[in-house]
Amino acid sequence: MADMNSSEELSHTISVLVENRSGVLARISGLFSARGYNIDSLSVGVTDDPQISRMTIVVKGSHRVLEQVEKQLNKLIDVIKVSDYQDTPHIERDLMLVKVAADKSNRSELVQICDIFRAKIVDVAVDSIIVEMTGDDEKIEAFLKMVRPFGVKESCRTGIVAMARGSKGIVAPETERNLS
Amino acid sequence: MNELTGAQILVESLIRENVKHVFGIPGGQALPLFDALYGAKLKLVLTRHEQGAAHMADGYARSTGLVGVCIATSGPGATNLVTGLATAYMDSIPVVAITGQVATHLIGNDAFQEADATGVMRPVTKHNYMVKDVKDLARVVKEAFHIARTGRPGPVHIDIPVDVQKGKTEFIWPEKVYIRSYNPKTTGHPKQIQRAVELINSAERPLLYVGGGAILSGASEVVRQLSERAQIPFVHTLMANGVLPFDHPNYVGILGMHGKYSANTAMQNCDVLISCGARFDDRVTGNLATFSQQSKKIHIDIDPANISKTVQVDIPIVGDLKEVLKSVLLDVKPTKHAAWRKQIQEWEDKYPFAIKPGSATLQPQFFLQELHRITKGEAIVVTGVGQHQMWAMQWYQCRTPRSFLTSGGLGTMGYGFPAAVGAKFANPDRLVVCIDGDGSFQMTMTELATAVHEGIRVVIVVFNNYSLGMVRQWQELFYKERYSASDLLAMPGRPNANGKDSKLEYIPDFMKLAEAYGVKGIRINKNEQVEGALKEALASSASVLIEAMIAPAEKVFPMVPAGAGLDDIIVDMA
Ligand SMILES: Cc1ncc(C[n+]2csc(CCOP(=O)(O)OP(=O)(O)O)c2C)c(N)n1
Repeated sequence: MADMNSSEELSHTISVLVENRSGVLARISGLFSARGYNIDSLSVGVTDDPQISRMTIVVKGSHRVLEQVEKQLNKLIDVIKVSDYQDTPHIERDLMLVKVAADKSNRSELVQICDIFRAKIVDVAVDSIIVEMTGDDEKIEAFLKMVRPFGVKESCRTGIVAMARGSKGIVAPETERNLS
Repeated sequence: MNELTGAQILVESLIRENVKHVFGIPGGQALPLFDALYGAKLKLVLTRHEQGAAHMADGYARSTGLVGVCIATSGPGATNLVTGLATAYMDSIPVVAITGQVATHLIGNDAFQEADATGVMRPVTKHNYMVKDVKDLARVVKEAFHIARTGRPGPVHIDIPVDVQKGKTEFIWPEKVYIRSYNPKTTGHPKQIQRAVELINSAERPLLYVGGGAILSGASEVVRQLSERAQIPFVHTLMANGVLPFDHPNYVGILGMHGKYSANTAMQNCDVLISCGARFDDRVTGNLATFSQQSKKIHIDIDPANISKTVQVDIPIVGDLKEVLKSVLLDVKPTKHAAWRKQIQEWEDKYPFAIKPGSATLQPQFFLQELHRITKGEAIVVTGVGQHQMWAMQWYQCRTPRSFLTSGGLGTMGYGFPAAVGAKFANPDRLVVCIDGDGSFQMTMTELATAVHEGIRVVIVVFNNYSLGMVRQWQELFYKERYSASDLLAMPGRPNANGKDSKLEYIPDFMKLAEAYGVKGIRINKNEQVEGALKEALASSASVLIEAMIAPAEKVFPMVPAGAGLDDIIVDMA
């Protein structure tokens, strides 16, 4: 077990299953701001069950703060399940759209970089292209570093989504029955 | 099919939930609700301010354990409830608050009297709802009451747009509540309980630290059994006044910032600390670095988030205190702990709470001691926030739980009087005494009209020190006597706020105020007058306002200065 009293800053990826109702996102972001927790990223979307949404939150803090985050989330009535992926092998993905300046003279060089990173070109204009790029944080940062010299006009990211490796998953109590 | 309107469904649902009193004020977006309440089989109490309604619901709930209910219109009605709900939230009090809202098609249009009530309430409630379909209403009310009273209790808010109040559907009262994500744990983990028992059995200097959770859980009897079985002394927090009778042989007393020397010193010297429904609040622990360093700690709490939030404990047990202690009791061995108890008694004898003799001015401590003597500690005492609250805590130890009502968590001035009125509605046969400060009372004294109108009898005691006394005390002790905005009246050597010398002796004259509301007023300024005033007030069948004039320089001691450790307790000024 980690040292509870250590003030070392950690970054954890947490998956949260919530009821897909209005106000839930506000409740969760309100909890984070009210208690002064630092979110690095938060992404939310509906799951295969339309009544349930899944949030992935990357949060920074000491061990004690992270333990509180999990407990406080669990206290919210609309929160069905909270899983911290810290000690679980898992996959993290982030999707970025980035518009990069490129014209005749340097477009092919840019396309080459995209190939190497397995990034997809989804739009081409006379003086720019839009690239779709998926990966973890590290890969996205590395790609950005390469294309910055071309001139990044705008970019946006979904934030991390995460899933544990293997067959074990995070499921709501009701669907658990259906699965087994 | 027999259809009811949303408003009728709400009232039917309240009746199914056994609600007997509802406190509130009507308004445009709540008219259908109030129409349905008209002539219904429950008592609707019109308050004079929605904050009063929320505090009354709170006082009603605290004094009984039932869910208190308040109701208001949209916009300003809803925002006026906020302080009351935040107060209930911080002290885990079950309240259901109902507000009207503008019609669903107008929401978001800055309609007249529109406020984002669910948005405003979210951080100060345990849960909240906006009902957009009348078919959901009965289920939502059932869920709201369930959530308010179970687990760690708290306020729940229901916002009902006016068109939903008017919409019609069949009334179906759900048999059961099913919320898949809400299943509060009540029984403790058996292994943790076993470890706790072993630790308790091995203790030499055990101490029970009892908080408001013990009252909410109804755990007085099991706490008593544990304390008696192993002869474990107990200290308690502000919120647990009355959890066990003050004359119990193992009673040590109140701890914390203005607690007893003996209680704080016992906390610092115990070897096993058993925390029962308490949350290691900073007003209790003082500086954490020096807090109870020698003890192994057992922490029993219904709320997992309270565990290891501020103090690292050795054996956390999540569950309902009453259930957990029942299990713990099965294996706790009878013990005596004679030396430890003797030691605590010596600390008690060294610095008991004491009243300085020969005072020329009326001493609030003396007043409270007299009140305690005359009422045998059996009244329901409700307080505002400030010095008077701390004096009441020190000098009015209650005989039974749910008898000391005070805003501990939020510290809301103005809580006292309306909460006392709410408590009296719930306990018509008990004496209810409101101990207030002149500052706190002025925040909600408008509810005098409600009390008089409803024929509610509360003995109101206002300790008048012409100042925001607790603020003044801190300014005297820690801000070089710079009394910034703490005088409520011109003081000798300090002119009125308007710069001119004032001839006014009182702002306001509480005797005239009492008269204006048709309440008997008694003003006293000497210890010798206390008994007579109390006897007169207690003999009266209507509300009485006693104004006890006290010295502005009167201070609350002992005191652990903010940020200091419990060992640094200042027993009195030299
Ligand atoms: C609503 C609110 N505003 C401000 C405060 C800060 N405060 C704490 S005690 C106090 C003074 C209370 O004065 P009074 O009610 O006269 O009681 P006393 O301390 O004189 O007994 C103040 C202003 C508070 N607790 N609540």
